[in-house]
Amino acid sequence: MEKAIKKFWPVFILPTLAAFIIGFIWPFIWGIGLSFCKFTTVKNVQFVGLDNYFKIWQDNTFVHAFVFTTAFTIVSTVLINVLGFTLALLLTRHVRGTNIFRTVYFMPNLIGGVVLGYIWQTLLNGLLTVLEKPLITLNATYGFWGIVILMCWQQIGYMMIIYIAGLQNVPTDLIEAARIDGATSRQVLTRVKIPMVMPSITICTFLTLTNSFKLFDQNLSLTGGEPAKASQMLALNIYDTFYARSGAQWKGIGQAKAVVFFLAVVVIALIQLRLTRSKEVQQ
Amino acid sequence: MKAKKLLSLGIAGTMAVALLAGCSSSGSSSSAASSGDTATSEASAASTTAAGKVYYLNFKPEQDEQWQALAKVYTEQTGVPVTVVTAASGEYETTLMSEMAKSDAPTLFQVNGPIGLANWKDYCYDLTGSDILGQLTSDTYALKDGDATLGIGYVIESYGLITNKTLLEKAGYTIDDIKSFEDLKKVAEDITARQDELGFAAFTSAGMDSSSDWRYKTHLANLPIYFEYQDEGITSTDAIKGTYLDNYKNIFDLYINNSTCAPTELAGKTADDSRNEFLAGEAVFYQNGSWEYVNLTQDGTFTDDDLAMIPIYFGVGDEANQGLCTGTENYWCVNSEAPEEDIQATLDFINWCVTSEEGTKAMANDMGFVIPFKGAQESSNVFVKQDQEMTAAGKTPVSWNFTTMPSENWKNGVGSALTAYAAGTGDWDGVVTAFVDGWATEAALNATA
Repeated sequence: MEKAIKKFWPVFILPTLAAFIIGFIWPFIWGIGLSFCKFTTVKNVQFVGLDNYFKIWQDNTFVHAFVFTTAFTIVSTVLINVLGFTLALLLTRHVRGTNIFRTVYFMPNLIGGVVLGYIWQTLLNGLLTVLEKPLITLNATYGFWGIVILMCWQQIGYMMIIYIAGLQNVPTDLIEAARIDGATSRQVLTRVKIPMVMPSITICTFLTLTNSFKLFDQNLSLTGGEPAKASQMLALNIYDTFYARSGAQWKGIGQAKAVVFFLAVVVIALIQLRLTRSKEVQQ
Repeated sequence: MKAKKLLSLGIAGTMAVALLAGCSSSGSSSSAASSGDTATSEASAASTTAAGKVYYLNFKPEQDEQWQALAKVYTEQTGVPVTVVTAASGEYETTLMSEMAKSDAPTLFQVNGPIGLANWKDYCYDLTGSDILGQLTSDTYALKDGDATLGIGYVIESYGLITNKTLLEKAGYTIDDIKSFEDLKKVAEDITARQDELGFAAFTSAGMDSSSDWRYKTHLANLPIYFEYQDEGITSTDAIKGTYLDNYKNIFDLYINNSTCAPTELAGKTADDSRNEFLAGEAVFYQNGSWEYVNLTQDGTFTDDDLAMIPIYFGVGDEANQGLCTGTENYWCVNSEAPEEDIQATLDFINWCVTSEEGTKAMANDMGFVIPFKGAQESSNVFVKQDQEMTAAGKTPVSWNFTTMPSENWKNGVGSALTAYAAGTGDWDGVVTAFVDGWATEAALNATA
């Protein structure tokens, strides 16, 4: 078997590699190229150099979207991870019905973002009507918290599963030894469990951070950026630049925004990985 | 042993190919047939020597079936293969952009007017001198850029206040009582005052959900633009003054304060909500267009006698002679990048559509269109007939100037401001800012090409 794999590895790798190149690498390179061009269709482009990059800030919406997205990312990353971890702690205590709870909490993750957005729009609007407040598309603050609630509801279960897996991998003898040494349950948590699940924390913060930063469907369907783009996040802003404006120049500007957006995501994700990685301990 | 190895290699290879084939075919089919089906009749095409083919990317999902049928008829008669693909509602621009980049690009597509043309004018074949241009009843339906004719309006539509005559009579009025904005206001406010006793409201909900807000941010907003253009004697501008925004406010106030629901709820109301309220007899007036005729009559809720469309009186100008808002935002463009024989085939096809017996019949009866061509057939649409009667009676139709709105972004800005105003979270100044300043900003952005 080993030998066969050594000999035939290209056969196993090629399909995925080819799909990856066709579906990801090539469009990605092309996309970067297009950000330097003016175009209506991608076949017929005109090179304009860095022009698009200078025009990114021209329509005054990119900065606001950036700030809004950053604020959202911070709030949702903290909330999702804290709540997800808390749930994971609760559900690794061997209480009855643990499996049912785990399944139930995981389920929201199986529903698509757009659908969730519309469902929550109805729910939140219903609530706001009862409270006699303006609807969610009328108030950017409600919009912000609406997206936070929606993302928490969707993501907590998924992060919980990762944390549960991490917590179950903490050796019981370590915990027992800590207890014998007289550690309180708080000390067990902060000195033993959390350091031991640090790899899970790395993964979960990475996932929530990048997911929140790149959020599109939920933003589109819950608020659509209303009122007047006040709840518009970066991905939606890019989409809007590309499609809601007339004139060939906007396609290139949208593309340039997307490249800037990509760089921002990469930088933020790398910083986060470095920070949490440094806290991981050898088991 | 060797055979087994070969076998496993073969299987792995087949899987790899299947995987790739799977992803490539699903890729193309999902983008090409994003909503409509394609109907190409290759069989007959092969038997004749017809050169060229037609690929029409249709904008109106409600007429998809009829176009497919018409394409089939054309193929049977001439042997020229005609493919009709319909983009999903609201996805036309996206679909067009990806389709145009393909090797088999649409030969016939649509733009919605001068602003839509800005995106696509490099791809539009100059129709000057073509047969179909000679068929137009009026030059105003040709979309020009400089000297070149790049688009041809192929359907004329009207909008106004669709009125439930039966309910209006119940309230003690007839449509003849409404001849001006003042009359409309009086009737609407009287109905509201007696709403509990009558059991219906004056206007259906002015929904500001994205499925419905175009009725106000685009169609209603056409009126202040139209009257300003009339005053200034212009047909487009880079800086709107907003002379008639107070009238715009008055009519919008009338809509939201005499409606089936509280103004605060409008932000979430959809187009379906509004139509269903009208169908259920919950309101007398419903601002929409001739394209709603089929929806209102198809299940027998209304007959032609129940319905009328009255002009949106605006309190400006000669109201007694104001007609419906009539115009087009559907322009046919021929793809200039297509091969010569395909361009010719496309020109022949559209000319056939508007001149032949089958084509004009299908467009008038099956699709319910009024087409601005000499060979047009009488339409059975009651709103369309009314528009013709009004024009014949000497009333001046309000033209569609919203095609000169600077961008989709401008419309969205006005829409947001209107929504906030209706809900009370914003004031009218916000609408004025979005309307006037937004126009200047967007026009300036358009100019920085």
